[in-house]
This record gives sequence, C-alpha cells and structure tokens, in this order.
Amino acid sequence: MPVQRIKFYQTGSFAVGNRLLDPDQRSVQADTERTNSLTMGHRACQGCGEALGARYVLDAVMRATGNHAVTVNATGCLEVFSTPFPESSWRVPWLHSLFGNAPAVATGVAAALKAKGRTDVRVVGQGGDGGTVDIGLGCLSGMFERNDDVLYVCYDNGGYMNTGVQRSGATPHGAVTTTTPAGNSFRQGKSLPLIAMAHRIPYVATATVADLRDLEYKATRAMEFHGARYLHVLVPCPLGWRTASSETIQIARLATETGSFPVFEAVDGEVTDVTRIRRLRPVEDYLRPQGRFAHLFGDTPRGDVISSIQAEADRNIRTFGLVETTEVS
Amino acid sequence: MRSQIEGSRAVAETVARCRPEVVCAYPISPQTHIVEALSVLVASGELAPCEFVNVESEFGAMSVAIGASAAGARAYTATASQGLLYMAEALYNASGLGLPIVMTVANRAIGAPINIWNDHSDSMSQRDSGWIQLYAETNQEAADLHVQAFRIAEELSLPVMVCMDGFVLTHAVEGIDVPSQEQVDAFLPPFGPQQVLDPDDPMTIGAMVGPDAFTEVRYLAHAKHLRALEVIPRVADEFATTFWRSSGGLVRPYGCLGADTVVVALGSVLGTVKDTVDELRAEGVSIGVLGLTTFRPFPYDAVRAALRGARRVVVLERALAAGMGGIVTADVCGSVPDKPITTVIAGLGGRPVTKKSLRGLLTDAVADRLEPLTFLDLKHDVVERELS
Repeated sequence: MPVQRIKFYQTGSFAVGNRLLDPDQRSVQADTERTNSLTMGHRACQGCGEALGARYVLDAVMRATGNHAVTVNATGCLEVFSTPFPESSWRVPWLHSLFGNAPAVATGVAAALKAKGRTDVRVVGQGGDGGTVDIGLGCLSGMFERNDDVLYVCYDNGGYMNTGVQRSGATPHGAVTTTTPAGNSFRQGKSLPLIAMAHRIPYVATATVADLRDLEYKATRAMEFHGARYLHVLVPCPLGWRTASSETIQIARLATETGSFPVFEAVDGEVTDVTRIRRLRPVEDYLRPQGRFAHLFGDTPRGDVISSIQAEADRNIRTFGLVETTEVS
Repeated sequence: MRSQIEGSRAVAETVARCRPEVVCAYPISPQTHIVEALSVLVASGELAPCEFVNVESEFGAMSVAIGASAAGARAYTATASQGLLYMAEALYNASGLGLPIVMTVANRAIGAPINIWNDHSDSMSQRDSGWIQLYAETNQEAADLHVQAFRIAEELSLPVMVCMDGFVLTHAVEGIDVPSQEQVDAFLPPFGPQQVLDPDDPMTIGAMVGPDAFTEVRYLAHAKHLRALEVIPRVADEFATTFWRSSGGLVRPYGCLGADTVVVALGSVLGTVKDTVDELRAEGVSIGVLGLTTFRPFPYDAVRAALRGARRVVVLERALAAGMGGIVTADVCGSVPDKPITTVIAGLGGRPVTKKSLRGLLTDAVADRLEPLTFLDLKHDVVERELS
C-alpha cells in the first residue's frame, strides 16, 4: 500500500520522535521506507539494548549505502536470538561464522567484493564485547592494521550475556557476574575504542542507545570513510545488569552523564568531537539502580570500590574533556 | 610446459592459473614458498583480479577465506602443522557452511616437541573436519591436484585440502609440467557459487540449528562426501583427457592384482615403496602397493576392490594416534575387516624412510614376522632406557 501524504501543520521540532522535522532531517527510524534490517519476531529479551542498537546501526548503514551492505556477525546473543533455523530476522545479507573471527570474515567479504569490482557494496562486521575485546581481538587488530574497508560495530553490554552473564574483558570494575561473584576486580575493562585509535584507523566512535540520533549519525558518518572503522556502542543488558527492561535507555544515559562511558569521535587516531555532559552526576547514580552493583551498597558498603569507579569516571572526564570546565570537584 | 622448478613454485603457478580471486597468507614452514610466489604474481598483476590478504594468524587466514567464499569469490590459502591446528575451528565452519575453499597443506609434524619436518600428523588430525583430503605422491600430482580440487570443491560446494609432503615435495626441484592457462581455463569454468551474500537478494547464512534439524544437516554432509566418491574419479578422468596425464582419483593400485601382500600408503613415500616393491617382485616376492590419493571421503569400495586378492595388508602410516596406533589402518580395516593387517609407523617428524629399511620391513612382513604395530627404524635402546 502506498504511503499516504499528510496535510502540513508544523515543522522544525525535535518533539514526537523528530517527526516534525523536514524529511531530510528526520531520523532513519522515522522513515517509513527504512530497511528494518533486524525485523520483528526475534528472540531478544525485553529491553535488550543490543537489539535496539543493531537495528539503528544497520538501518542507518543501509540508508547511507543505498541498501548495499553485507553484514558479518560474531557468535553471541545477537546471532542466537535473530537466527533460530529456519527463521531469520535479518533483512540484510547476513553471515555468521564463528565467535572470534567476524572481523576476518568481514575482511574476506570486502576482499571478494573488491576483486569482483563491487565497490558499491559495503561491509559491516558486528559482535558483542566478548567477541570483540576478548576472543576476536586478534582478528580485529589485524583488520584495523591492514585498514580493510570494513565498519566493525561492538555492542558492549559488559559481559558474556549469551552464556549466562560471565565476566569479559569489558566488564566494569565492581560488577558482579557469574564468574566474578564478589565483583569484578579491575578498573573499567579493556577500552577497545582507545586500542582502535592506537591503530590510527580513519574513524572511531562511541555511542549509546540513550542517544539514538547520535548513534544513527555515527553509523552514517562511518560510511563516509573508507578503510577500517570502529563503532563501540554501549547497550545495557537487563538480564546481566539486573535492571528493569524499561530502564535500558535511562541506564545508558546515566553511563554517559556520570562520565563512566565517554561518547566521542576520533579521526585518524585523534579525538575530534566529544559529547559534553550537561548535568554531571556522581557514579553512584549510575551504579545504584543496577543489581550487578547492589553489593556495593549492601550491609557492608564498599565506599572504596565506589571511589575507585568514581576516580575512573573522573579520569574519563579529564581525558576527553567531557564537561565544559576541566576541573572536577 | 615442462620445467625444472621447486614443488612450491609449481603449486603457486598452478593455483594462479586457477584464477583465485582472494588469496590469504600467513607464513609457516614448509608452506611459505607457495604464498610468497603467489604474492609476487598478484603484485605484478600477472594474477588479476585477485586480492592478496596478509592475515594475522591461520585462524584469520581461514576466516578471510570463509568470508571471501561466502561473497562468491574463489578463495585459496595454504598452511601446515600448527597452522592447520590453529585454524581447526574455522575448518569445521568452512565445511559446515559448504564453502568450496581450496587449501594446500604442506604436511609437517605437530609439536610438542616442536618439529618442522614432514609427516602427516597435521592433516590426519583434521580428517573429521568435513574437508575432502587429497594426497599428492609427486610434485606433478601436487600441481595437478589443485586444478582438480577447485573443480571438485565447486561442484560439491565442499572445501578441499591438497596435502603434499613438506620439504620432501614442497622444496624439491624437479621436472614439472605446470598446466598452461589455456588448459586450465578449458578444464575449470568460472566459480558459480551456490549461495552468496548479495544485497539484491539478501540471504542469511550460518543460522543456529537445533536438535530438530542438526542430524539431518550432518546426514546431508555425509551424503555430499559419498557423492564426492563419484565426482573425484570422474574429474580425474576428465583431467586425463584434457592434460594427457593421469593424476588424482580415489586410489592407485600398483601391482596389486594377484599380490599376496599389499602395502597401503599415502603421499611421497609411495615412490620409495614402489622402488622397494619392484626389487622384491624381481626376486619373486608376491607384493603390491595401494596408494591412497583420496583419504576423505574414505574410498571403502575402491580399497576393498584393490585388496580383494591380498592375503595380508601392511599399512604404512606417517602419523600416530597415541594410545591407538594407525589412523589409516582403522579405515582400511573397515574395507577389509577379515584380512590380517599390520600397521607400520614410519617417517615421523621427517625421519627418512629408506629403501634399505623398507626392504627389511617388507621381508619380515611377507614372512608374517611383523608385530601388529611396528615403528620403522625405532631406536630400541633409547626407548627401553627411558621405559626402564
């Protein structure tokens, strides 16, 4: 059925999901012609940040490429919940090979397309934080170093959630997982964005599902570059973070507003833009609503751990200039 | 044209004439000369269009090949030994996804203890990976098998390993007739993938399959291998018609008809075995040789037919399954369960298999003096000292 035109009343407002903007300024998701790359019917949990993030990223990529993109997926939640044979929720060409090789498989796809002269088709690799910062790091670093024409997206929920919430190299300090019952012991986890930047690849960006407009922008911007690109998206996991499924966006926003998760862009290894924090909050505001940090506020409060997490956030704020004044109280 | 070149060079030039579109490379001895030569052919533009990808590991090499093949490109890589094991997870994935990748395995031992010399421990360890395995007896056959491998792989949508003995073949310089471009083009049509990642026709490849369908998927994989038993000899016949020489196929019987004793072996050792057997036959010993060119799928019927008249079978193995014995023996037993079979473990980690030793061994074999499991040229004093 054709999309109906609607009588003009008002434009120029971000209200009601920015539908009142001029069509060319509206979000990808506001477009009825969007790809719906990850369509309905998949088996993700309610409130899954990864499902939300993946749909926004891929729809933006598909719009940026005129529906000419191929996706390579690492093993993990995103793969399992989207493709229980004989069903698939993907409306993009999609290949799953293994847990630790998605960047290399994406390289192979890109090499094949290049050899075949299909320069119009672009390649996206994607996976969770376990597949990216741990088991897939070798292949990812190789892909970066060769500057292969691939956008790799990491949906970071801070643990191996698909296998039942175990610790990964991206699990934050203090978080309880099923393999860190007393709380993860060391700092903020591996910072893949910084590792990516150290490879001096053309484009690195971070984003969260709290600012989906920003996420769409970064996925779109990434497609303006050729060569290796990296997008790191914070995606709360209600199951692993022990939060309500309705709190996903809120928690992701608190991660940025406390400085726990810096949102920035980097071109050729140098930071070019950061999302400033408008209302800086203490990390406690981010930690307290999450069950995985409940032990820090229990009968024996762990002020030492909270201070250490705050110190990490302060370091982020200083390093990336997340607030207008660099001084932190 | 026949020229004096190194085995690796012959394989590289032959592979180039098969027009691969993506070649991935990670160095490991004794395979490295092959990908070095290919990198030069790509850089000079002699092999084009082709993307040569220098990867960060063998796991990455097979993964790049998987992506390339799934995107519809003819993909090739080469490895050996530890490298083959490092890509093991991806090997199973490539066969499970039905991707017709061709790979050279320059056979080499596996550590510990680390050893760079030739035996078959590496490819034998991956016999159940779902890949077709072909073993070259000579450098000519190694080159020829690659041309056939692409045909077989692409007709069946299955990956093929061409196994050639490290150093013994890869580094040996001899007269080799490298197939010409015209011949290869006439024999090997362009790759028409059965499944491909295409934005104009989106497809999900690699979905999760549960208990309700997994058995059927595996059954169909087995059926594909059984079909390979028909495809492999047919491709070898067609090859003979185009190239005027015989290479490949399932098995190569040599004087098996009417022989009381038959020696079964794979790879370059067959040359020495045949020379030894020739001498023994000249002396009146009733003995023949059965070379296995195809090890996976295992050609049960062809082996049974070749061993029909044999009174005893000796399987010469270049690998050892510790705690069990001979890997190939177990399969040969499946073909001829009623015949007496002895296993000879020979040439591990590059130890030369000499005609002198073989002559002694086979003399014992025909006199029924061989232990069921014999280690050729084992230094008994050394092991007994350790065991005492």
